[in-house]
Amino acid sequence: MNLPGAFQRMMLTAALGAAGCGLVAAQSLPGTSPARLSAGPYTDIQRGLYLVRAGDCRSCHTAPNGQPFAGGRAVPTPFGTIYSTNITPDAETGIGQWTDADFLRAMHHGIDREGRQLYPAFPYPWYTKVAPDDVAAIKAYLDTLEPVRSLPRDNELPWPLNMRTPVAAWDWLFLDTGVYQDNPQKSDAWNRGAYLVEGLGHCSACHGDKNLLGATDKDHPFGGGYAENVFAPSLTGGTRDGLGAWSEDDIVRFLKTGSNGRESAAGPMAEVVEMSTQYLTEADLRAIATYLKDLPGGASQSRGDDSRTALASDDSRMQHGAALYYDNCRACHMDGGTGQPQAFPPLKDSSSIQAEHADTLIDVILNGARKPVTDGDFTGLQMPGFAARLDDGEIADLVTYVRNGWGNSAGAVSSDTVAQLRSDTRHGGGDVR
Amino acid sequence: MARRLPEVDVVLVGFGWTASIIAQELTEQGLQVLALERGAFRDTVPDFSPAHIQDELRYAVRHQIFEAPVRESLTFRNSRDQTALPMRHLGSFLPAAGVGGAGVHWNGQCWRFLPQDFVIRTHTEERYGKAFVPEGMNLQDWGVTYDDLEPHYDQFEYLCGVSGQAGNIGGTVQPGGNPFEGPRRRGYPLPPLKRSASTVLFDKAARAAGFDPFPCPAANTSEPYRNPLGVQMGQCTYCGYCEWFGCGNYSKASPQTTVLPVLLRKDNFAYRTHCNVTRVLTDSSGTRATGVTYVDIEGNEFEQPAGMVVLCAFAQHNVHLLLLSKIGQPYDPVSGEGVVGRNYAYQITSSVDVFQKEILNPFMGAGALGQGIDNFNGDNFDHGPLGFIGGGYIALWNTGGRPILQHYLPEGTPKWGAGWKKGMHENYLTACSIATHGSVMSYRDHYLDLDPTWTDAYGNPMLRLTFDFKPNEHAMSKYLTAQARKIAEAMNPTSIKVNQRDGHYSIVPYQTTHNTGGAIMGTDPKTSFVNPYLQSWDIPNLWVMGSTVFPQNAGYNPTGTVGALTYWAAAAMKRYLANPGPLVTA
Repeated sequence: MNLPGAFQRMMLTAALGAAGCGLVAAQSLPGTSPARLSAGPYTDIQRGLYLVRAGDCRSCHTAPNGQPFAGGRAVPTPFGTIYSTNITPDAETGIGQWTDADFLRAMHHGIDREGRQLYPAFPYPWYTKVAPDDVAAIKAYLDTLEPVRSLPRDNELPWPLNMRTPVAAWDWLFLDTGVYQDNPQKSDAWNRGAYLVEGLGHCSACHGDKNLLGATDKDHPFGGGYAENVFAPSLTGGTRDGLGAWSEDDIVRFLKTGSNGRESAAGPMAEVVEMSTQYLTEADLRAIATYLKDLPGGASQSRGDDSRTALASDDSRMQHGAALYYDNCRACHMDGGTGQPQAFPPLKDSSSIQAEHADTLIDVILNGARKPVTDGDFTGLQMPGFAARLDDGEIADLVTYVRNGWGNSAGAVSSDTVAQLRSDTRHGGGDVR
Repeated sequence: MARRLPEVDVVLVGFGWTASIIAQELTEQGLQVLALERGAFRDTVPDFSPAHIQDELRYAVRHQIFEAPVRESLTFRNSRDQTALPMRHLGSFLPAAGVGGAGVHWNGQCWRFLPQDFVIRTHTEERYGKAFVPEGMNLQDWGVTYDDLEPHYDQFEYLCGVSGQAGNIGGTVQPGGNPFEGPRRRGYPLPPLKRSASTVLFDKAARAAGFDPFPCPAANTSEPYRNPLGVQMGQCTYCGYCEWFGCGNYSKASPQTTVLPVLLRKDNFAYRTHCNVTRVLTDSSGTRATGVTYVDIEGNEFEQPAGMVVLCAFAQHNVHLLLLSKIGQPYDPVSGEGVVGRNYAYQITSSVDVFQKEILNPFMGAGALGQGIDNFNGDNFDHGPLGFIGGGYIALWNTGGRPILQHYLPEGTPKWGAGWKKGMHENYLTACSIATHGSVMSYRDHYLDLDPTWTDAYGNPMLRLTFDFKPNEHAMSKYLTAQARKIAEAMNPTSIKVNQRDGHYSIVPYQTTHNTGGAIMGTDPKTSFVNPYLQSWDIPNLWVMGSTVFPQNAGYNPTGTVGALTYWAAAAMKRYLANPGPLVTA
């Protein structure tokens, strides 16, 4: 494992698939902040469900094939494995005895009912921005769930991390508590977008770079970062690896359906769309788009470099990669990497393909991917994994070609990087039955 | 003792094309629908992944995704004076086992039958007189007309994303299409596939011979497509691995690529795999189906009660199930009475291989990439002086150039060794073949019944097939082959090889999986098992889908008509649900 990469894959990023750019309902009452979710037509419980989806709580708090919200999902971090907690209202093993104040303290300060520090795999550094009445609505919804008696497994963390006290120091260093405050210079939509992206959505948990202790880099909160084995691309205005070339409509459609003709969500983001963003209202998605489109571009924000030049086409890696592309990829992704409209995503001009790190692309080639299944686009077209068909060197050259063909430009990939990901990923055996 | 399960509204026997469509249509009505499938679940990824599907030995030669004769088979004989023997290997036809059925491994050749095909008895007698129909031929009208089915052909073609060139829109003949086809309400959803070199050669030669070639309708997508259910398909890559393979690129229409993404999300739909239905159950009056009995893969027997039973299994399997269930009067070839097992028919095919000099790159193919003519199909030509009934299309299909089974060698090429290699080397890139696809009529002595000797894996009598080619079919096929030969000769060949279908029907070499009849549709309960809506005459909550209901077989691949009939029946089922009972009184 290359060390910087390892440390970048920090516990926050490991908030599995929890990068939901969550949002809230559309209307606001007179006298309340427009960025905040109003009661509007919802009752508190319905509103709570909407907010729970906006925060993508269920993803992390549900084990594979487990009862919803009963916890137990393994959250792998470079420091060890953390297991999510039971947030059903079971008195003994869940949050049945928690008061609204207990819940608010957990959401805003990362401290549980017993006063213990929670690990920041639970995204309280973002939830601290959520307004108290929204937090209360979330609790109101969770209280309606069927109590499930289920104690999560103990976390598998080495000393001293298995002691919770160091987290207090972490909080002191990195946690900025406080509810989101409107920026009066910006529009209502912008503020609502900011509230949701920076709060419940906790987008920068994955899309932001992390420091050595796993805290998001506050200077580059949306510049791209690691989530599991994939690299969540930059959300800034960079035209190569950011959202610079995307329209607001592109962002809305992506979050609503999982693809938009430019990109198809893969890896943890596919789950985020399926479990979270597809349920957000059009107005909220548009608010998110407004906010994201206002993020500055350029090298100072995005870690990708818009001005870098592509590898020469006569580079031997490019030639080998082009041949592999022709044999393995072209049938669906087409000559020129254009993809097929609405079916298979283009590779040319793709921001995730040109992301600073190629891990997402490598993971998809090794293990395949499925387009998110949403109410707006439910076919769930799948790409097969090629782990059994292509070796590490072949995948490295193929990825290098795809990142540098057709006007794309991004760093070359070594076979060591592929080998590392192959051994990391869970389904490295490919798809041959 | 079978374990009794909670009742569902509708149980479907099988989970292929017809079951998928019926399930989609009836779940929209709010019914709880359950499909029981004898095979496994299969999906594009991982099962048909392009990273491994192009394996001819595994799929085409070793029959990876077909039914296993060790579990399901039938016995066969050519005539009643013979003793039938069980088929221990698949041969002439290749039914599937598994979700999607044969809809997974078909080529995608998606035709409409001709308007006359549905009224063949009336039409033949009107044009040629009653005496024209030979003794012993059970020529029957369908009880449904082309006009009845037209909206449903349209539904199925738009479901599948069929690529083609319309030949007749609303009565106006369209240039470049099939001028003989029945009028359609609109064009195909997608333009024709790109032509291959061999189909261009055929087109030119057929025109020179005075015929009217057109691109054959293909359920292979020429462009990316989203069907009316909202399901997305990718564009065909011409990989040449359609027939006998699942499509890895979401380009060949199948239940998986057109219906299942919608159906499988529904709470009121369920399916169970590895469940073999062994009986349809009826109440004591015999006028109401109460459900089915099935056996799971561990041999456990279950009773699945249902408000409606729809038989959606492969053609002859539906008949087998009816016979085992003692539903309907079994057909008696001596008296000609009875309906279950009556009017089995098939297809008669031939070909003319063409060897010439132009490089054709046959490996760039698609299952339904072809150029054809319909000048000799149905009654598009004068049968009076010819004396036979029926016809078929003539087409040059460029389905692919797989190395083991898809190559053509000139007459006299050695079967092995250096001579064979030389022949392959010289001809692989330049040879092609013209196919004829002839209709087969139904006859009094061609039928399905229970074998008196052989039993299957469940201890049930096996189905017995009695079938042969008759002089009418041989005469028709010979005539078609002669026309194909004319086209071949116009292709400037160095040589041709005529593969005429002579002699008795043999169930051993592969021909087509177009088995028809056995529980046919019609207007008279004495000569048909289901009414014109595919509803059992005797048991109004029992329905039969698929080519099982064809009274005889036309000169086309059946799937387009199977799809149209399924939508037609689904529309009738909705009327039945509003007012349960027979939709037609005899």
